This record gives sequence, C-alpha cells and structure tokens, in this order.
Amino acid sequence: MAEEKRQEFWRWAETNWVNPDIKWEAAQFMTVGIDVGSVSSQAVIMADGEIYAYGNMRTGSDSPNSARNALKFALENSTLTEDKISYCIGTGYGRVNVPMADRTVTEIACHARGANFIYGPEVRTVLDVGGQDIKVIRCDDKGKVTNFLMNDKCAAGTGRGMEVFSDLLSVPIGDVGDRSFDVDEEPAPVSSTCVVYAKSEATGLLRKGLKTNEVLAAYCAAMAERIYSLLERVGVEPQFAITGGMAKNRGVIDRLKKKMGLEPMKTKWDTQLAGAVGAALFGHALCKKGKGL
Amino acid sequence: MITAGIDCGAKNTKTVIMKDENIIGRGTVLTGFEQSAAVKESLALALKEAGISREQIQHIGGTGSGAKAISEADVKVNNIKAMAAAANFFFPKARTVTDVGAEESRAVKCDESGNVVDFAINEKCAAGAGAFIEAMGRALETSLEEMGPLALSSDKAIAMNAQCTIFAESEVVGLIHAKTPKKDISKAIHDAMASRIVSMIRRIGVNPDIVMLGGVAYNPGFVSALQRELGVDAIYVPEKPEFGTAVGAAVVAAKDSQ
Repeated sequence: MAEEKRQEFWRWAETNWVNPDIKWEAAQFMTVGIDVGSVSSQAVIMADGEIYAYGNMRTGSDSPNSARNALKFALENSTLTEDKISYCIGTGYGRVNVPMADRTVTEIACHARGANFIYGPEVRTVLDVGGQDIKVIRCDDKGKVTNFLMNDKCAAGTGRGMEVFSDLLSVPIGDVGDRSFDVDEEPAPVSSTCVVYAKSEATGLLRKGLKTNEVLAAYCAAMAERIYSLLERVGVEPQFAITGGMAKNRGVIDRLKKKMGLEPMKTKWDTQLAGAVGAALFGHALCKKGKGL
Repeated sequence: MITAGIDCGAKNTKTVIMKDENIIGRGTVLTGFEQSAAVKESLALALKEAGISREQIQHIGGTGSGAKAISEADVKVNNIKAMAAAANFFFPKARTVTDVGAEESRAVKCDESGNVVDFAINEKCAAGAGAFIEAMGRALETSLEEMGPLALSSDKAIAMNAQCTIFAESEVVGLIHAKTPKKDISKAIHDAMASRIVSMIRRIGVNPDIVMLGGVAYNPGFVSALQRELGVDAIYVPEKPEFGTAVGAAVVAAKDSQ
C-alpha cells in the first residue's frame, strides 16, 4: 500500500535513440541542440543536418546538470564522443545554463525551425504545449517565425497541469488520453481555469459520483478549450502542427481537433524534440557558413 | 436584540452571535462537502458558547460562497456588503477593507457609514488567495502557523518568477535544492502573494485606514508584507479576523430588520 502511494503517476518514459543508418564518422559537421525546458530536457545530435541521435528526459533541479545528462543520455548507445561535436546550441527555459553551448537561440525560433524539419516545410502554424507554457507560432516555409503568442503565466492548459491531474486521479500520464474516451457520455468540461481550483472541482465531481475516466474527460476537454482560445487569438493557418509533450495526449488533442475542425500534421518523430532539433539545425547552418567555427 | 451572522466559505463555515454591539458566541467548522451540515454545526457551537437557545436569536444574516445552503438565514447578505459593515463595526475610520479567503480575495472601498463605494474580487486565480500560501507551505514542508513568523525572521528580498501557484511550487522546490534558507523562501512567498493582493487593492484605490479580515490576517508574515507593499503605517486587524465577514452579516441583518 505504502509502495502504491509513492508511485509517481505523472512520470513519463524517458527515451533515447541512435539512428542506425548514419555513420557519424563520415559526417562533416556534428551539431547538437539542447533544449532545457521547465519540465523536460532534450539533446538532439545531427550529422550534417540529419537526426543522428537524441535523448529526452525529465529536467532535474538544476539546468546545467539537466543539459549534461540529456547529452550523455543521447550519446549512451553511440561510439560518438562529446569532443567530436563541432557546435552546440542551447535553447529553452534554461538555455543560459547550458554549459557546453557555443551560443543560445530562443525556443520560439527553435520550435518553428524544428517543426519545419520534423513535420515538413508546409507547416504554417505550430502549437507547442510544453511543461510550463503554451506557444502558438506562425512561420514561413523556411521555418522562420512571422508571429507568435505565448502563455507562460498560468498552468491552465500546460503539461504541468496535466501532470497534477494524473497524480490527483492516480492515472499514469500515458493512459490519460485513452481512458478519457472510455466513457459512456462526454461530461461537461471542468469550469475552473486555475489548476488549483480545478483540482477542488475534480474532487467534488468524484464525490458526486463521476468515474475517474469521466473526470479525466472533463479535464481534457477543459484543456482543449484553454488551448483553443489561445489559438483563436493568433489565428490558425494550415498546415497545422503540434509539438511538445501534449501532442502525445489524444484526450486533449482529439478534442482540440474537433473544436478546430482541422487535422494536425503527422510525424514519425518524438514531438518533444522540436526545440532541440531546431537548435541543432541552427548550429548546422552556422557551421556550413563557417561562422560557427 | 440578539442576531447571528453565518459565513459559509469555501474552506470554513463561521457563525457569530451578537447581543446589540457585543459578540457573545462564535463557532467555526470545516465546510467540507455538506455545506448545510457545516452551517448547523457552526451555529450549534456558537449557541453553546453564547449559552442561549436558537429561539432567542431574532435575525440571522447569511453570507459567503455557500450562502445558498444557509436555510436558517432570514436575511441574505452579500459578501461585499458584509465586509464593509464589519470594517465599519470594528474600525469606524476604515475606508478600505480586504478579505483574503481560502479561494477568493476581495477588496472593498467604504464610506464613514460602512456603505460600499467600490470593490474588486479575484476568484479566478489561486495566486491571490489563501490557497497559494497553503500550497507553498506544503512544498516547503512547513505548517501554516510557522510560515509567517519564519518570513518575519528574514530580511532578504528574493523575487519569485512564477505567478501561477502550480509553477511556484516547482520554483520553491528549486530554491530548496539551491540551498536557499527556508526563512528567505518563506518571505519570498509572502511578498509574492502580497503583491497580488496589492494590485487588486490599487484597482479601487488605497485609502487609509486599511482593515484586513479573514484567517490569513493571523499570518504576521503576510500582514507585514502587505503593509510594506502598500506603503502604509498600519493595517488594522480585528480580534479573531476569520469571523469578520460573519460579524458583518450579523450587523447588516440587525440594521435591515429595523
């Protein structure tokens, strides 16, 4: 029982990967992008502008170590060593604390550039739902930012808000999406904006006899509404792509899709990588111009 | 005349019994999920302390977010009106009164007779309510009673970046990891919360004397941060401030029945 209590339902799986089709020894430039977010950190290593390896893990209590750990994690199953890396760019909330970075680039620019790569140049609107913020970015066919809007003041609609709920309802965060659709009837969305009040409201709903899955559905719907209102303010131009951890939660995304009447683009890549991919691409571009060296 | 005021709040339900100008009984219980049960219980406690029976009360004023559940009340008193009346009852020179509740905070501007002139409410965001300090206390593993005095023992000013309660929790954990002394973190928490309340008060204007009602007034760390942020010489807090709005409801009930 005590064991069960300590389970951290919000904890998502940390992943790393090495591309078996790329021989890094043959590459001219090896560049790294490190995105230290408020909740997760990613390191993406590119060989001449192609993704060679990545590591995606939870941000620890200090940014420099999170950056180091993410890079170490990316290199874990590779023969590549840190000293072979030509250029490193830091981005994200903790970008000024990436010790190995040659320079930093804002996460807005990196996300647009990264989405352009992982989703393709047709992307015009990028919605990034991260751990502690929501960004809506409009960009051109080169992945250059033309306009953006951001909410980083309030947890409503962010990944952290969803983590709080998965913990409250003791539902592993990866199961939230599917379970939120396992209901007989779609309940009314949770009405409180503030996550603190939404928690009290959810407890009240449980007391009233709603099932856990129904409360999940009510909260996913509230999140979709929150995100939709931000999208509306910037205006969505297709093609539309979603990055960040929330892109993996169909409980929110499918409800958002329905509201928008628009199908988001699909990708084979981990949606949390966009920022780091963008950073590594900026590094690659600098190397090619000879400016980074 | 004997009157009672019942304030059914998000967290606690408070009852006061007044005989003319004197408070003769008080009762408070956790509201929980059964608001009407909490109302009955707090009234019973107050009656016991006053040593009178229910029949001796001539009028009952009901207020608070759960006012609808107070079937005993013959006068429904708006929160804002109750606050202004309470401030005027305790401190006749009061012109601004603020009540920081568990999930809501309010500021009211009143005149010399305790009438409402203007008001502002925050009920949307926990960053400006008692829930903020409670959540931060949990992150800091410090009881609410310790939080205030701890803050008073610090003279450091650390700015908190996060406004959101949820984000501030992570920020506090970060400060703990960075080995920031607990007292300094506690002060930063109170300063952040005070600045939210002050920005709400500024919307209606800062007019002395300033009165604070509600349980958060027990927290000396918060009252001192509020005083500093407002730049005033004193903040007036009545005895047992958590009963303030209930007193206001009783005062209004007595006045309305005349």
